[in-house]
Amino acid sequence: MENVKEQVLEILEEVCENEVVKENPDVKLFEEGLLDSFGTVSLLVEIEQRLGLEVSISDFDREEWATPNLIIQKLADMR
Amino acid sequence: MTPYATLTYFIILAVFLLPSIIAGLRGKTFKTYNACLTVVFLAIIFANQPLEAGSLILFTIWQAVLVKGYLTTRLKHNSTGYFYGAMVLAILPLALSKFAPFFTSGSLVGFLGISYLTFKAVQMIMEIRDGRIKEVSFYRFLRFLLFFPTITSGPIDRYRRFEKDIEHTPTKDEYKNLLYTGVNRIFQGFLYKFIIGYLIHHYIMSSGPVQEHTFMGTWLYMYAYSMYLFFDFAGYSAFAIGVSYMLGIKTPENFNKPFISRNIKEFWDRWHMTLSFWFRDYVYMRFVYFMIKKKVIKDRYLISYMGFLLNFLIMGIWHGPHVNYIVYGLYHAALFILFDLFERQNKKRRFWPQNRLTDCLAVIITFHFVCFGFLIFSGRII
Repeated sequence: MENVKEQVLEILEEVCENEVVKENPDVKLFEEGLLDSFGTVSLLVEIEQRLGLEVSISDFDREEWATPNLIIQKLADMR
Repeated sequence: MTPYATLTYFIILAVFLLPSIIAGLRGKTFKTYNACLTVVFLAIIFANQPLEAGSLILFTIWQAVLVKGYLTTRLKHNSTGYFYGAMVLAILPLALSKFAPFFTSGSLVGFLGISYLTFKAVQMIMEIRDGRIKEVSFYRFLRFLLFFPTITSGPIDRYRRFEKDIEHTPTKDEYKNLLYTGVNRIFQGFLYKFIIGYLIHHYIMSSGPVQEHTFMGTWLYMYAYSMYLFFDFAGYSAFAIGVSYMLGIKTPENFNKPFISRNIKEFWDRWHMTLSFWFRDYVYMRFVYFMIKKKVIKDRYLISYMGFLLNFLIMGIWHGPHVNYIVYGLYHAALFILFDLFERQNKKRRFWPQNRLTDCLAVIITFHFVCFGFLIFSGRII
């Protein structure tokens, strides 16, 4: 779990180009304009390459995957 | 009979919805009755167009066999070839109906709503490919595809969302709220479509000065046409959503105050949302995903811009194979790319501060770019 968390935050920081995702893991990524459609795709590709977890575009519901913490939870559940 | 166009249609609706409403208020749902309503209303809508009715039936069988067939093979193995094959076959009827007039004397008939039904079928094939839809019966497929409140022009719902609503029987109190919202939306529709939209069309767009092909005339037409488009379509959407709510289905919204957008990206998050989100999820994002994964091109901005171009070009052509629609698509792709360049520069140099004044300016500028887009769309200048 810790491992997933660190890696996801690392990826999010790169994709969003912003450190706030680490400082506040409850930040609303889409509402705050940190993540857009392009960022979402980059995120999914990175998750697949680094964590080996395949998340499809259909899986990614913007409300269910709204914050870094929610994303971490979703991925931890998938494992 | 065109849905939501005449008083007669609304009276028929009211009569047939009554049992569903009474059931809802008692905390029940007549699922079979509601499904039968779809058959009754399809019959009413297409009664005096036997050719269109025939194409609708053929189209429905085609898509049903296709979706079921693809699901069966997908459950056995995930073949990319079958996926592309299924996609081509799903889009084929729409493409034939749009492009056939070029080749034949128009003997191939489409029907009112063919594009919206195609969107639903394509979306299901995509989600089957992603493994998100694992079982679909013919009955469920037809219930979703042909759901009568939204059949002719959307809003475009998603299968899994729709099924969630159908499976959930609202409690008495929940249904009271749904009914209240539904009635409200229908009256909002009357106001938008039959009063405001009608007034704009009848008194402004058709008035002498606006009809004149002078600069001022076209300029005024641009505003009037943009407002008309909004009120007419938002009015229609309100009817479709209102009726859906009365049947316990929370059909997604299509408009969210589009003219207060501060930039073009925000505009497409507020205008014809179910179409725009459909394109975002099933064209733009899929294209970007493919390009990043296959590492065809390294430059992420180039990938994104190609995605915008593809997205809006297809959206433009979808309206019909006419120059004005294609230019309209290219125009929006250009706006998206230019805005993205602007936003990136601004992130570095901060020359466009964010305060009430600049927000206000941004709304006015966006509004004019958008209205000019509708002027292209209208076909008046091209």
